Amino acid sequence: MPVQAINDNYQGEVLDAKANFAGNVIIYFGWDEHLMFCAPKAFPLPPQMTFADVISQIMPEAFGQHPEFNEIDWSQAQWQLDRRPISPKPEQTLAELGADHKSCFRLRTPGLTGYKGMGI
Amino acid sequence: MAKKLNIKEKYRLLTRDLDWEFSYQDRKKAFPYEEFEGIKITDWSKWEDPFRLTMDSYWKYQAEKEKKLYAIFDAFQQNNGHLNVSDPRYVNALKVFLTGVSPLEYQAYQGFAHVGRQFGGVGARVACQMQAIDELRHVQTQIHAMSHYNKYFDGLQEFSHMHDRVWYLSVPKSFFNDARAAGPFEFMIAIGFSFEYVLTNLLFVPFMSGAAHNGDMATVTFGFSAQSDEARHMTLGLEVIKFLLEQHEDNVPIVQKWIDKWFWRGTRLLTIVAMMMDYMLPNKVMSWKEAWEVYFEEAGGALFKDLARYGIRMPKYSDVIEKEKEHLSHQAWWTFYTHGHAAGFHTWIPTDEELDWLSEKYPDTFDKYYRPRWELAKELEAKGERFYTSGLPQLCQTCQIPMLFTEMDNPGEICYRDHVHEGERYHFCSDGCHDIFVDEPEKYVQAWLPVHQILQGNCGGPGVEEVLSEYYRMNLGVDNMDMKGSPDEKRWKQWKGVA
Repeated sequence: MPVQAINDNYQGEVLDAKANFAGNVIIYFGWDEHLMFCAPKAFPLPPQMTFADVISQIMPEAFGQHPEFNEIDWSQAQWQLDRRPISPKPEQTLAELGADHKSCFRLRTPGLTGYKGMGI
Repeated sequence: MAKKLNIKEKYRLLTRDLDWEFSYQDRKKAFPYEEFEGIKITDWSKWEDPFRLTMDSYWKYQAEKEKKLYAIFDAFQQNNGHLNVSDPRYVNALKVFLTGVSPLEYQAYQGFAHVGRQFGGVGARVACQMQAIDELRHVQTQIHAMSHYNKYFDGLQEFSHMHDRVWYLSVPKSFFNDARAAGPFEFMIAIGFSFEYVLTNLLFVPFMSGAAHNGDMATVTFGFSAQSDEARHMTLGLEVIKFLLEQHEDNVPIVQKWIDKWFWRGTRLLTIVAMMMDYMLPNKVMSWKEAWEVYFEEAGGALFKDLARYGIRMPKYSDVIEKEKEHLSHQAWWTFYTHGHAAGFHTWIPTDEELDWLSEKYPDTFDKYYRPRWELAKELEAKGERFYTSGLPQLCQTCQIPMLFTEMDNPGEICYRDHVHEGERYHFCSDGCHDIFVDEPEKYVQAWLPVHQILQGNCGGPGVEEVLSEYYRMNLGVDNMDMKGSPDEKRWKQWKGVA
């Protein structure tokens, strides 16, 4: 049963429906082994945004405060999108990559394992 | 003159005899909430009143307590009691309590008033109505206990406004909204049993002892005054579960599902208490882990052994919960420390003595996973770059806490769970929160997630600063940011005559 309700066929209003974000979609980014950032971060982005723009504009805003950020070799970065490994090309858009509203990217940076190699 | 009633007669007349038979109205229409949850009540007369208290003696008894309590509040104010706290950092725990917990007392009042009308059994109704009045008294006495601090410290002035809006306060608020939006029996298992009977000890005992250890007589006195009420609430919680389990065997799986849900939700909610105990009390009482072992594992374990004869087992994910006691407080305080610009209270790096205390209390986890974070924070602070994280965090759809919890078998990795419901993706901090959503998605798709609300433009803006100052009503640079250099700290030094 989708809900235990006193009225039959009760349906909840989806408060975070895509239509409520003025053309943007919410995309989450997490950087594995870098728990200086306590949680992944949420950004409202246009689905047509290219991955090159994600790297150059969104990543610094999300993770630029980390001492290792400037050492990232983006050509070696490993990505997961909604738990599937992907190999994004810079010119691909979020939509072309299969990222939709409330999709979640996880970034792994081989060789960079956080402050003092402690995953922080 | 009529004969004076003895206590037993008075009790009968003022509780059970208040009920009446329905001769020309449909009883089901009078109690419309009683059946939709699937709970079967065959005989309300089997309800054993958990305490024998009539309204007239209740008023008399509470009035006596009130007189004593307010006499102490007066003395506390006249003697500038705030100057006796151990350290001004302590008051930040009160800010969390007043903004996060006291409004829950009010929600408890609303919830118990509702079920105190809706139960078909008069004994249950009277007990719930009394608890409703208790809860209203608790929110009032807490506000009064803390009003003195509001004259001298920042961050207490907008507690009720903040409770309805601030990102981290949506966690306690939505917890109670979930319980109150459920049917009356689930509400009682959620709040009366899981929270009041089992988990409340983890809130009140450490918190009131913490107040005593840190020289806060106003809060200690409030705690004592609430204690006899809490004892009644606990016996009510226990009676409810026994009654439901004894009424019909079909109730057992329903009650078990609610226990699984509400213990998980309760432990998530108590994360903030874990953090208060380990990081916010300058004079420590015991570690969160120790409190968890005493009040949940030992006391709760014994309780579930008793309930086993009804076919009730330990809450689902108890094994995960057991591992989490090593991690919760550290992960939570790091989250608040790094979001100190967006918190309505002050945060700080623990002192060296406190870091050593944490190492001693958490020998298996603190040095390995958490001390290095504070070393990094210290390095950045020494460079003049006190770390405040940028951006907004991803939240769990169910508990609404940022996705800060890690895998318990790999504490270096964030725990990611998700589920697609009717084409929409939802994210969760844990299997526990995931399962709660999947069981009733139509309820949780409605979650008012603060981060998404900000991003939809529903909380003012456009920037985070406007959200914090205008929508949340935080005094920026005053209520928030680090304890170091705060107006709270400056005033304290002036009062104490230290440079």
